[in-house]
Amino acid sequence: MVTLEKRPEPSEPWRWLAPLLAVALTLVAGGVMFALLGKDPVAAIRMIFWDPLFNETFAAYARPQLLVKAAPLILIALGLSFGFRANIWNIGAEGQYIMGALAAAGVALALYPLDAWWLFPLMIVAGALGGFLWAMIPAFLRTRFGTNEILVSLMLVYVAEAFQAAMALGPMRNPEGHGFPGSRNLQDYPAAHNAELVAGTGMHWGVVTAFLAVVIGYIALNRHLFGFQVRLTGQAPRAARFAGVDADRLVVICLGISGALAGLAGMFEISGPSGQVSIDFNIGYGFTAIIVAFLGRLHPIGILLAGLLMALSYIGGELAQFGLGVPAAAIKALQGMLLFFLLGVDVFTNYRLRWKPGRAG
Amino acid sequence: MSDAPLLVVDGITRRYPGVVANDHVSFDVGRAEIHALLGENGAGKSTLVKIIYGLVQPDEGRMLLEGTPYAPAEPREARAAGIAMVFQHFSLFEALSVAENIALGMEDPPPMNALATRIREVSAAYGLPLDPMRLVGELSAGERQRVEIIRCLLQEPRLLIMDEPTSVLTPQEVEILFRTLRRLREEGRSILYISHKLEEIRALCDRATILRLGKVVASCDPRACSARELAEMMVGSSFTQPERTQRPFGDVVLEVKDLDLPAGSPFGTSLRNVSFKVRAGEILGIGGVAGNGQEELLAALSGERTTAAGAVRLDKEAIGRLPPNPRRARGLLSAPEERLGHAAAPDMTLTENAMMTGAVRRHLVERGFLRWQAARRFAEEIVQRFDVRTAGVEHVARSLSGGNLQKFVIGREILQAPRALVVNQPTWGVDAAAAAAIRQALIDLAEKGVAVVVISQDLDELLEISDSFAALNAGRLSEPRPTEGLGIDEIGLLMGGVHGAAPASRNGAGQEETV
Ligand SMILES: Nc1ncnc2c1ncn2[C@@H]1O[C@H](COP(=O)(O)OP(=O)(O)O)[C@@H](O)[C@H]1O
Ligand SMILES: [Mg+2]
Repeated sequence: MVTLEKRPEPSEPWRWLAPLLAVALTLVAGGVMFALLGKDPVAAIRMIFWDPLFNETFAAYARPQLLVKAAPLILIALGLSFGFRANIWNIGAEGQYIMGALAAAGVALALYPLDAWWLFPLMIVAGALGGFLWAMIPAFLRTRFGTNEILVSLMLVYVAEAFQAAMALGPMRNPEGHGFPGSRNLQDYPAAHNAELVAGTGMHWGVVTAFLAVVIGYIALNRHLFGFQVRLTGQAPRAARFAGVDADRLVVICLGISGALAGLAGMFEISGPSGQVSIDFNIGYGFTAIIVAFLGRLHPIGILLAGLLMALSYIGGELAQFGLGVPAAAIKALQGMLLFFLLGVDVFTNYRLRWKPGRAG
Repeated sequence: MSDAPLLVVDGITRRYPGVVANDHVSFDVGRAEIHALLGENGAGKSTLVKIIYGLVQPDEGRMLLEGTPYAPAEPREARAAGIAMVFQHFSLFEALSVAENIALGMEDPPPMNALATRIREVSAAYGLPLDPMRLVGELSAGERQRVEIIRCLLQEPRLLIMDEPTSVLTPQEVEILFRTLRRLREEGRSILYISHKLEEIRALCDRATILRLGKVVASCDPRACSARELAEMMVGSSFTQPERTQRPFGDVVLEVKDLDLPAGSPFGTSLRNVSFKVRAGEILGIGGVAGNGQEELLAALSGERTTAAGAVRLDKEAIGRLPPNPRRARGLLSAPEERLGHAAAPDMTLTENAMMTGAVRRHLVERGFLRWQAARRFAEEIVQRFDVRTAGVEHVARSLSGGNLQKFVIGREILQAPRALVVNQPTWGVDAAAAAAIRQALIDLAEKGVAVVVISQDLDELLEISDSFAALNAGRLSEPRPTEGLGIDEIGLLMGGVHGAAPASRNGAGQEETV
């Protein structure tokens, strides 16, 4: 009989080995899945994970896309990771992302056609504030009435989506848009446009912000009292209270940070790659970021890598869809496998296998 | 009946990662014998009895029961062979009645009425008063234990195993338990009895087997040895018992006045009108069975729960509304009972755990940034000054044994030079040598003029170190009295453990030994 036995201390090598092993297992299982679908597994895997970066035909388009897609994922996941570590579950980053985008776009559209250097910074503040305030709703309800922030934040995603549709059809609709839903395109609004900083790289202010956030997040987690309180609360809530951590305050701060970063991600997206408030400009970054956060094991560097990997699987997935006719659902399954294997393999960080003769007790 | 022993344990070995919990252990339990299993924390006592009860499988060795090979693969086989066990931690459902709880543990329970009648018979026959219809959540620790014992007795066992049964009982409850155990012996049953309490073992047991680091190191007649000799056999070296000193007391440092606090959990206890004063240099002992408001009292003093401002005063300043860290800044420090998860974070390193409560007074945080170097030095200082056995301060708290972690937790507060220190169950589940060291450290602290409050259910401990004594019972505190000249019976009465009358319900979860 094989049983799991808790290690006296978490294994350091496994901490690093686990993600690598998870990726390897995903490649194998994904290959089997593609083979069962009648596709060439090696070609499919190569198209998803290799071609976007190194194939001459695709890389020119795909490489910049990598940063464009990874930046919002990293930014949102990083914000979520603090709360997740402290058992504060913001599932509604998608809603905060939308509200941040709407707030930023609202400022820009209200001032149209302003030509001032301070418009873009103002939009950044508005975006962060929009996401922050939207996250304060579950924070307030939880600290005041003990409601469950998972449900409240999730429900507010649907409210935000309805609000976004109303905006796209109503106040923010482009007056010169011949009655079509959707706002003016901010890409055509120079003072508000989040343009590429270096042409052809995909690098825009959101990418810069995401990298900056990773650095600040790393410092906050390891060197600052806030990060210590977050870790303590997550690992031993009673010990945290004993150590003087104010649990309610932590709920507000963690939800606030994740809301503000999600709002920022929305702002950079609406003013750049997406450009236009439409009835459905959001494409699920807020939900995918939850996977990225866990894939990166709630660690800033891990999230950076996980965000890039996830973005790669999206871009490569699209290539494989067109190039090999792999169904979109199979790409989703592949992403799911990655998380599944990571969580599965993770067990060995804290447990080891033990071979037991006879029956288990 | 033959003279052959009932149970022979021969060369039993069980390994866990990094430790050999039992290393070729051999001993035997005679018929109609109360056999003590003695040893420090981590000596391997629980592992050994779990092997006998079929919960853990040995890696090597064999056992004989009445001369025939005995190798239970699971507890059911052990029970069928006539072996029953009362665990260190109770496994009862608080929302069910006594009879329902007992029925749950039976293979095919009789109808509820018949079972209730059987429970009444057994409880009358063995002098263990227990109403089968009461909810377990309403029972005291002693009564809960009776549920477990009666559950065992219903199986008519030949061998009853008890793992640290008295650690949660009042003196009166202990008396009742011992009477029952002696009656069982008269009936020809054998008992394997694990305890830390040496005086108890000397009063009750016929033979003792002493374990150290998984090995049998001695076997003796406990009635012929002194408690001190037994303790030294357990530890393997001699150690000094703490000595109480006469010292002058200064002004009142810590004052609690008319403290009311609602219970912190559904089965907790509300504090009512608790008042006491502790002077500089004084050790106030607060006795009583855990679950009578001890956790609430500690929380009210540590600042985890706030009260009316004037209910808690430090150096005359009303601090009842202050959260933990401002209290620390003023010099009121505390160490809760539960080491893992409350006093310390199990998965964090000792350095991080030093940071946990030491940040304010040891200046481990500078404008929000953590001074890890300083925290590390502080942790190393604790380890060194309090003889904490660990491979290094970068190891996580849960890798330490109970006694060593407790030394760390107490040392962490003492080295912050408190004005007043409150500790809850400072030596619970801690081996004799570590307990002696902790008690000595508390006395040394009082010598320096610190006001010390020791909340404990170990009466011997309180009589040994405290200058005044009060009992906490059902959330009320008796008037503190000088410990000098206080008899154990008097204390027992103060604690309210008069038999049958449930003093208060307690939450079993708060009390578990987590080593
Ligand atoms: N399930 C387990 N996994 C790993 N180590 C264990 C386990 N159970 C006990 N041990 C270790 O075995 C040793 C003996 O423990 P135990 O039998 O509980 O001692 P005691 O009851 O005498 O305090 C200790 O070092 C303990 O950490
Ligand atoms: Mg034990």
